[in-house]
Amino acid sequence: MVNRSGTSHVGSCLSAADIIYTLYFRSMNVDPHRPDDPDRDIFILSKAHSSVALYSTLAERGFFPTSLLETYSQNGGSLTGHLEKGPVPGVEASGGSLGMGLSLGLGIALGKRVQGRKGRVFVLLSDGECEEGSTWEAIMLASTLKMDSLVAVVDTNGLQACGRTNSIIDQRNSAERWRSMNWSVSEVDGHDVDALEMAFKERPNGPHVVLAHTVKGKGVSYMEDRLEWHYKVPNDEQMAIALKELGRGKE
Amino acid sequence: MRKAFVSALTERAATDEKVFVITPDMGYSVLDDFAQRYPRRYLNCGVAEQNSIGVAGGLALTGMVPYVYSIIPFVTMRCFEQVRVHAAWMNLPIRIVGIGAGFTYGTQGASHFALEDMAIMRALPNMTVCAPGDPIEARGIIEESFERPGPMYIRLGKSGEPNVHAPGTEVRIGKAITVIDGKDMVLITTSNTLMLGFEMVTALRGKGVDAGLVSMHTIKPLDVEKVLSIARKGIPIVTLEEHSIIGGLGSAVAEVLAESGSSIRFKRLGVPDEYPSIVGDQRFLRSKLGMDTIDDATLRWLMNNGQK
Repeated sequence: MVNRSGTSHVGSCLSAADIIYTLYFRSMNVDPHRPDDPDRDIFILSKAHSSVALYSTLAERGFFPTSLLETYSQNGGSLTGHLEKGPVPGVEASGGSLGMGLSLGLGIALGKRVQGRKGRVFVLLSDGECEEGSTWEAIMLASTLKMDSLVAVVDTNGLQACGRTNSIIDQRNSAERWRSMNWSVSEVDGHDVDALEMAFKERPNGPHVVLAHTVKGKGVSYMEDRLEWHYKVPNDEQMAIALKELGRGKE
Repeated sequence: MRKAFVSALTERAATDEKVFVITPDMGYSVLDDFAQRYPRRYLNCGVAEQNSIGVAGGLALTGMVPYVYSIIPFVTMRCFEQVRVHAAWMNLPIRIVGIGAGFTYGTQGASHFALEDMAIMRALPNMTVCAPGDPIEARGIIEESFERPGPMYIRLGKSGEPNVHAPGTEVRIGKAITVIDGKDMVLITTSNTLMLGFEMVTALRGKGVDAGLVSMHTIKPLDVEKVLSIARKGIPIVTLEEHSIIGGLGSAVAEVLAESGSSIRFKRLGVPDEYPSIVGDQRFLRSKLGMDTIDDATLRWLMNNGQK
């Protein structure tokens, strides 16, 4: 998809892919045949530039035909570079501006609570996104409301748009920060799907954050932990290597 | 207007489970009654306007109709991008209810003025922009807001505005109200200058000018037909608003006139492109900025409509 469209964020997609896979195939209560079920679990991809990872997962999970993936970022297509709610089932919210997703997820959890609906809300953030003040507005309110149906997952790949996260805004104490805001904190390897699944099973009394330690560009030797793959698009030769290394014929 | 809003909302909430109120820590004593009656559907989210719109977006995604209430600059500008993405782009039924139109908080300084809000909100696709001029219009618009799809911005004054319309006047979103018919000129006003417009038209009529008054309580969708019907009769139009002359009612009416081929004379009254550097209350600032009168030269120019 990325190769064909010439648009990137492929590194960010690969750091998030295992998390999104685990949610949709192991943890969340979703039914592709009832995408509007009011009691479903809901996933908000706040780092909406990782849209390719979500589109692929939704298609594999049966929300829409995999053939639609070919329209990603194509003129007249239905899959935008950053997520848009509406064109395909399963995409719960539009996005692309960082720092908005946790508020939205909190509102959904609150709406479910008020209406007596079932279902948890999972919000995937980037570590860079934790620099947005609005993220912390949501963090503070969620614990005040004891929103135990809300789970934040931070894709902690340590790289953001212009460099190493901790050299731009030091987040080495991020676990302490969330804990001090009265969130339960789990730290896991964000590419270990069993560990992720275990973490998502936890049901603490208040909101829960899973700090998922990940590698940008995971699984592709020349992309791993390389900032430039936030932007670059693999050419045909690079794509062949990537697909071989990832061990599958899919994009 | 504020009372009309709160009472209409509180009445509705008794039978409509979708009504939810969020405030980023504003509305002391104003929202108490609602909060006491419906504590599960009232949330003070703290001084955090961006989060207030995000949470409203989430609530709307679950089928609720959230009303987010605060002072205008805070609830429109501080969180403008959340409004753009969550409310406008996703076309969710979030109601942004701003208080303090124009110079309502006159002596408090420009941080509290609302002079650019209509311009920015009307630039958003899907957004309905309403600016009622008296409590009757405010109530009518709130009542229509319960069922209207998509996002809305509702611009209120504060409290204590007098009724200009007679009780029972029909208020429909997108439909301007003719208060007084006039053949010599028509003053179109919006929001909290309805009473000022009424006084100005009354004064003009006292001088023998057959001036009319129209209340344009909806800025978007604008009642284009009302504007064109005046223009077709060749009657000059003056717009009046307590908002920058850039981007608000005057601009919206000018856009219609410019593309209509009409040659009627047209004048915008409003706040010049500046932040007032003087201290004063609402009435003082209106007068100081010259937006509360049509001077004689302008009046002569308007009345010589179509003549050199």
